[in-house]
Amino acid sequence: MAENVSQDEGKTLSHLWRNKESRAVIIQIVTLVVILIFIGLILRNISINLKAIGKDFNFDFLFIPAGYDITFQPILDYSPEDNHLWAGVIGIVNTLLVAISGIILATILGFTLGVLRLSSNWLINKMSYVFLEFTRNVPLLLHILFVHAIITHTLPIPKNAISLNDTFFLTNRAIYLPEPIFESGFWLTAVAFFAAIVFIYYFKIWAKKTQDETGQIYPVFWISVAALFGAPIIIFLVSGSPLSWGIPVLKGFNFKGGLAIRPEFIALWLALSYYTATYIAEIVRGGILAISYGQTEAASALGLRKNRVLQLILIPQTLRIIIPPLTSQYLNLTKNSSLAIAIGYMDVVATIGGISLMQTGKEVETMLIVLLTYLFFSLLISAIMNFFNRKIRFKER
Amino acid sequence: MTEVQTDQNQVRSSREDDDIIQIKEMHKWYGEFHVLKNINLSVKKGERIVICGPSGSGKSTLIRCINRLEEHQKGKIIVDGIELTGDLKHIELIRKEVGMVFQHFNLFPHLTNLENCALAPIWVRKMPRKEAEEIGMNFLERVKIPEQARKFPGQLSGGQQQRVAIARSLCMNPKIMLFDEPTSALDPEMIAEVLDVMVELAEEGMTMLCVTHEMGFAKRVADSVIFMDGGEVIESNEPNEFFNNPKSDRTKLFLSQILAH
Repeated sequence: MAENVSQDEGKTLSHLWRNKESRAVIIQIVTLVVILIFIGLILRNISINLKAIGKDFNFDFLFIPAGYDITFQPILDYSPEDNHLWAGVIGIVNTLLVAISGIILATILGFTLGVLRLSSNWLINKMSYVFLEFTRNVPLLLHILFVHAIITHTLPIPKNAISLNDTFFLTNRAIYLPEPIFESGFWLTAVAFFAAIVFIYYFKIWAKKTQDETGQIYPVFWISVAALFGAPIIIFLVSGSPLSWGIPVLKGFNFKGGLAIRPEFIALWLALSYYTATYIAEIVRGGILAISYGQTEAASALGLRKNRVLQLILIPQTLRIIIPPLTSQYLNLTKNSSLAIAIGYMDVVATIGGISLMQTGKEVETMLIVLLTYLFFSLLISAIMNFFNRKIRFKER
Repeated sequence: MTEVQTDQNQVRSSREDDDIIQIKEMHKWYGEFHVLKNINLSVKKGERIVICGPSGSGKSTLIRCINRLEEHQKGKIIVDGIELTGDLKHIELIRKEVGMVFQHFNLFPHLTNLENCALAPIWVRKMPRKEAEEIGMNFLERVKIPEQARKFPGQLSGGQQQRVAIARSLCMNPKIMLFDEPTSALDPEMIAEVLDVMVELAEEGMTMLCVTHEMGFAKRVADSVIFMDGGEVIESNEPNEFFNNPKSDRTKLFLSQILAH
């Protein structure tokens, strides 16, 4: 009898293991337990080690004065008397600034390069090919150091600045641009700009509805362009051009006034952008090539014009292919911006994760902040791109 | 749909009862390669023509010249009284009147089958969506797959996809239909369902030019069969004569190869 029972039990166990659904549940439970044990061990290890060197885990250090200088703080003001928290915020803003401007430039460069790669012109085709392969196969860090070295070693000191029309000045300390000074009444132009965006949004909906109902087709693209540029320009001129430029002027050893763009920012921004652009170019090229020429032929044979073929057939299909890999390139760019530390650009790693860490000795806490910052931005980018992806996905209607 | 036909009268030169397609001394080169040599062909309204020949003989290129998917370099092509030149307006007018069905269907994968059908009526004929979709449904019913209207092309079998492609062309209410090997990419059991639709279309009096190797179809519906080889029209005859009494040796050889099985 006893033998029988154990045999039966053996059967049910092996049966459970062979059943596809129950096996999946078992594997998941085992995995979860292993992960929880692993995390528990790490946390235990941390608390033991912190205790051993006499440290505790808290974020009080954030509120003591940081005491160090941040060379690049274009948006928010910071001085060494401010606390570590504010220094961290400045760092996060700097990371965001280079990530966003990098994503914009990388997208423009990447799409252009991708199209150039498809050119039937031998010279253009081969030149873009060589640039792509050269750039992609050299580490990003070298590109950053390379651009930084070019700016700091080849540009002159402010006294001998290269002047472009006496409004732009190139020096090894910074590149100086005229600063826009908004006078009272400029808000009208800003309002016109946002009003134009709202108008375009509703005009598109209205034009689609009208087309569905009557068949009438409006030149939505051109009307949108006209509204977006026309409305702000007209309001700007009518309200008496309420904008002037603060021109940088050499005073003593440096320039005063105007916008100063630090070489660290320019180097990081350019290197990140053109490096990522080479990957985007390949994605764009692949996306365009993936659509068979038969699609264009079929659409043309139906009598659709070239611009409509592009708008209705080619672009929707290409976007579907390129948006997911494009997202990972944007994420790469954002995370690669942490190489900023190599040239002294004060991003989140250099401020809270660098100098603040050194000064306070709070490794776990500061690294946690840096980690969560990148995680947050990455998830944010993913969420935005997924939103676009969902918008253009196949919809069963 | 009728209001569209009026704007063609501006560019139409010849009379209504003339041949709907006239090709005169037409040549085409791909670089150095002479693909089409001195093609002369006229097609009357309602005529059904089957074009056959070995691969590389230029038969697909010939019908692709008729809606300017390929450009000819010499000679004249006049479709429905409009001469095909580089003039984009002429090309557009002709493409509105000429439907085309491809070997690989070329349906738009990001649009549903109904949207595939309604697309051109909406964007070329400037029709309200409701009307365009009614026409689309109407033709999907004609090709016997109305139940697939809201699915995507990728969810259908090859035969069904090709029938959607035929419906898509018919939605533009074309005067001429071009078929470029419509059954060559299909599994044998799906060929029949596509040929049935084509036969029905022929019986309704559609002007058709079909590049195909379906000789049964040629015997059944064609008014004349054209045999091409090496870029030239070798022989053109009504189907009975063509199959039973071919004149040229090349035609005999081709027929013996294609009818051997």
